[in-house]
Amino acid sequence: MTDPLPPLPGHGGTGDPVLQVRDLVKHFPVMSKGVVRRRIGDVHAVCGVSFDLYENETLGLVGESGSGKTTVSRTLLNLETATSGSVHYRGRLLTDLSRRQMRPLRRELQIVFQDPYASLDPRISVHEIVAEPLRIHGRYGPGAADEVRELLRLVGLNPEHGNRFAHEFSGGQRQRIGIARALALRPKVIVLDEPVSALDVSIQAGVLNLLMDLQSELGLSFLFVAHDLSVMRHVAGRVAVMYLGRLVEIAPARQLFARPAHPYTQALVSAIPLPDPRKERARKRITVQGDVPSPVRPPSGCRFRTRCPKFANQLTDSERTACVEQVPDLVDRGGGNPVACHYAESVQLL
Amino acid sequence: MTDIGALGPAGTRTPNDDHEFTVVQRSQTQLVLRRFLRHRAAMISLVVFVLIVLWAFAGPHFWHYSYAKYTPDNSQPPSWKHPFGTDSSGYDAYAQVMRGTQTSLKIAILIALGSTLVGAVWGAVAGFYRGFVDALMMRIADLVLTLPLFAIALVISSRSGGSWYWIAAVIAGLTWAYVSRVVRSSVLSLREKEFVEAARALGASDTRIIFRHLLPNALGPIIVNATILVATGILTETALSFLGFGVQPPDTSLGLLVAQAQTAVDTRPWLFYIPGAFIIAIALTINFIGDGLRDAFDPRQQRVRQ
Amino acid sequence: MTDPGNGNGKGKGKGIDRVVAKGEESGAVLEVDDLRVEFPTEDGTVRAVRGVGYRLERGEALGIVGESGSGKSVTALAVMGLLPGSARVRGSVRFEGTELLGMSDARLSDVRGSGIAMVFQDPMTSLNPVYTIGYQIAETLLRHNPGLGRRPARARAVELLGTVGIPSPERRVDSYPHELSGGMRQRVVIAIAIANDPDVIIADEPTTALDVTVQAQILEALETARAETGAALVLITHDLGVVAGHTDRVAVMYAGRIVETGSVEDIFYTPRMPYTLGLLGSLPRLDHEEDRLTPITGSPPSLLNLPPGCPFAPRCPMRREPCDSTEPALRPVGSDAHRSACHFADELVDTAAGEVFDAVGADTEALARFADLEDDAR
Repeated sequence: MTDPLPPLPGHGGTGDPVLQVRDLVKHFPVMSKGVVRRRIGDVHAVCGVSFDLYENETLGLVGESGSGKTTVSRTLLNLETATSGSVHYRGRLLTDLSRRQMRPLRRELQIVFQDPYASLDPRISVHEIVAEPLRIHGRYGPGAADEVRELLRLVGLNPEHGNRFAHEFSGGQRQRIGIARALALRPKVIVLDEPVSALDVSIQAGVLNLLMDLQSELGLSFLFVAHDLSVMRHVAGRVAVMYLGRLVEIAPARQLFARPAHPYTQALVSAIPLPDPRKERARKRITVQGDVPSPVRPPSGCRFRTRCPKFANQLTDSERTACVEQVPDLVDRGGGNPVACHYAESVQLL
Repeated sequence: MTDIGALGPAGTRTPNDDHEFTVVQRSQTQLVLRRFLRHRAAMISLVVFVLIVLWAFAGPHFWHYSYAKYTPDNSQPPSWKHPFGTDSSGYDAYAQVMRGTQTSLKIAILIALGSTLVGAVWGAVAGFYRGFVDALMMRIADLVLTLPLFAIALVISSRSGGSWYWIAAVIAGLTWAYVSRVVRSSVLSLREKEFVEAARALGASDTRIIFRHLLPNALGPIIVNATILVATGILTETALSFLGFGVQPPDTSLGLLVAQAQTAVDTRPWLFYIPGAFIIAIALTINFIGDGLRDAFDPRQQRVRQ
Repeated sequence: MTDPGNGNGKGKGKGIDRVVAKGEESGAVLEVDDLRVEFPTEDGTVRAVRGVGYRLERGEALGIVGESGSGKSVTALAVMGLLPGSARVRGSVRFEGTELLGMSDARLSDVRGSGIAMVFQDPMTSLNPVYTIGYQIAETLLRHNPGLGRRPARARAVELLGTVGIPSPERRVDSYPHELSGGMRQRVVIAIAIANDPDVIIADEPTTALDVTVQAQILEALETARAETGAALVLITHDLGVVAGHTDRVAVMYAGRIVETGSVEDIFYTPRMPYTLGLLGSLPRLDHEEDRLTPITGSPPSLLNLPPGCPFAPRCPMRREPCDSTEPALRPVGSDAHRSACHFADELVDTAAGEVFDAVGADTEALARFADLEDDAR
């Protein structure tokens, strides 16, 4: 074990960092079609992402499709190999570990997947699904059956139903099974990859409550990946916003929603419809144009400039040059939290 | 917790009992079974096939002639004493057909089991690792597929002395490649499923992923293929034995019986047509069963869901 | 829903013209009465829609909210006559006084498009991948105005693309659907929907597959399209936020029925059905912080062999004796337009979700035991 890296300045967060991500890059090759397949380009899924995940905190990672948030979560756990950059878990470098070396660490780093239908093997009973991590790590001894029952009870399932199969459960219950499986090895860090986005609202609330209870009682660290800002606000202590492979803003949740500084964050906050007719009709909006550009050929400089309302409407030509030519660093620009925008300016939207 | 007060009886629910629910959904197995049971041709075939198997394996214990013993009667047409008649040497054809069916079935089932086992693992490994491993393993499978099955089977089995397991082994050694292709293609799609990634995130080894998660989920196509291989096995064995390279006397098989009777088609037709009918009956019923299984496993057959 | 009076549900004589003055008289452009849809399956009959009724006034926007399996989409498909042949549809759907149920396919096609247009969740289901979008819009125009001519149709297509916010429409008009992003495609579908100036647009989860920033654009495009045509809108969605901002009235569906309906204000500020209240309590909010959400426990019932009584009763903390035996009718509560299908709707006046529903999370005892073991392990 080596000493932990110094935490990133200005990112907020208290206590000890457990997971430290530095300049993480992940490119996927784009192959040509045909018999001889050549590499014709790269999908720039994640480009130089850095953040710290602290003990006993929920860090939200929010972004739209194509933002690279899912790739970050997979690369953190070494399910994908990073192209460059590093991930340290309690001072230990994960990114160059082999699969075999990674295995003991899997006990401490777990993941809950988005799709509760696809992430549980349909041919194995629920008891076996939850027992599998114990078996893999040679911990399925006497008493393990009781342990599995206890886990099922913990996540709000009837332990008598262990002999049933995943398809006999509803979406919310399946997601609970996935959570029980992730908890079985008593991990320290759990990556939650869109854990509630496949669920109906009334079901999702129960799963969110469960996750928050688990976190506060067990002192877990969550990396909560989602596209839903309302859910983020509810669960996360700090939120990192991703756009097209880069982090654009990171801040404590309360601050991020009250005074977003990056134009993209502002657009995201504006775009979420409020379930309150009067507020929804009266609110001020910052809207963006068009769609997310292809990550194969991302725009130069600031990747958001092609859709940025500020770039389009407020900046002078000379100011725009910076957006086109320079990649904005993720640093504090006077608002108290790191923002990757040359002309960041906090706006109150809610 | 909140106070429900006057609104309703509070505290009657525990976090567990509200997760009971009423959605009626069947397991994969139940669905498959149900669809299969509704497949009339397959069900009739299954009954016929089971009857043939019982008859071939249990029948000899209750029949007073042995396939290997002469009877005083020779060249008799079917009668109560000899339901399938006798041949010119005096063998009882009923006993011989029972024995022949038994041998042919044993060979066919061994072929199906052997090639399914080898082919499934081969295909699963290739599909799981993809890339170079896949290319190499599948080229080997392709090579096996291009080998002229008959020529090889003739050469090897002529040296093997005609024991039934040798014949089965040779044929299985040439048919597993079909299975491997089928299994590989279903593993290729299964390996992208999130539950495989979940297993990897738990630290599962490749072996565990292949045998615990991938193969069980590819069971549908594997079973269907195994069934069809039984029919292929029966026919291949028959053909080999007919040509004289399969089972050797004094043992017998359906193919051998047909071969031995070919000179007597006109004079003692029962010796030729009865074993022939059994070959057809077995091959046909198994194909229907295979059809039924394929339909039952076919996801496109799913009922309307709301 | 309690209006079986006109007996339209029988609807046997096909082609019977029901162009009565009723439509004009009432001002309703679309009237749905006691609509019932059943699907026969291997396991029995799935009763997907069990007596849905609503009236849509000219130019009005009605939101239909429900979770998966509530029957909201099936209702829309039944209105459009787009259900598979195996579905049994009863009840009445009147468009400007004309009964649509039992109408021949050819005549229904005339109504679809020019009278009622539909926008689906997945734009690829309504766009043909082998034709340019301009061609497809022109086709729709010519289908209902055969005298228009190719060139004017194309010009109109460009205009429509501009209306729904597609940049440089004169260039985009010759694109194929696969060359466009999901958001752009959905705009094209909206352009096709408004091409023939429909009186009603039914949008079934039009933004569910899209990112939030794109969703905002599409909803805006839909608003523009509506302003342009004056069409009434039926917006079907699971997202309460979308409904809050874009509709005048809301109907909440549960287990194949409307369980509460009223103005958006009624539904969001004074819900009188425990299910609606529970939904609002389950919703994490962007606009204020809540300590804890109050989920509705359990799952929606199977629509196969639904037990008698209120379908929400098994999940309802207010459940009492009559709930298990009698299914409550939708009856007025408070204001005239506000109706709720709950025996105890009156008890919900000024009640917050947290007063009715528990903020259930992890099993606290099991969690404590688990945490203790954790400490031991260290």
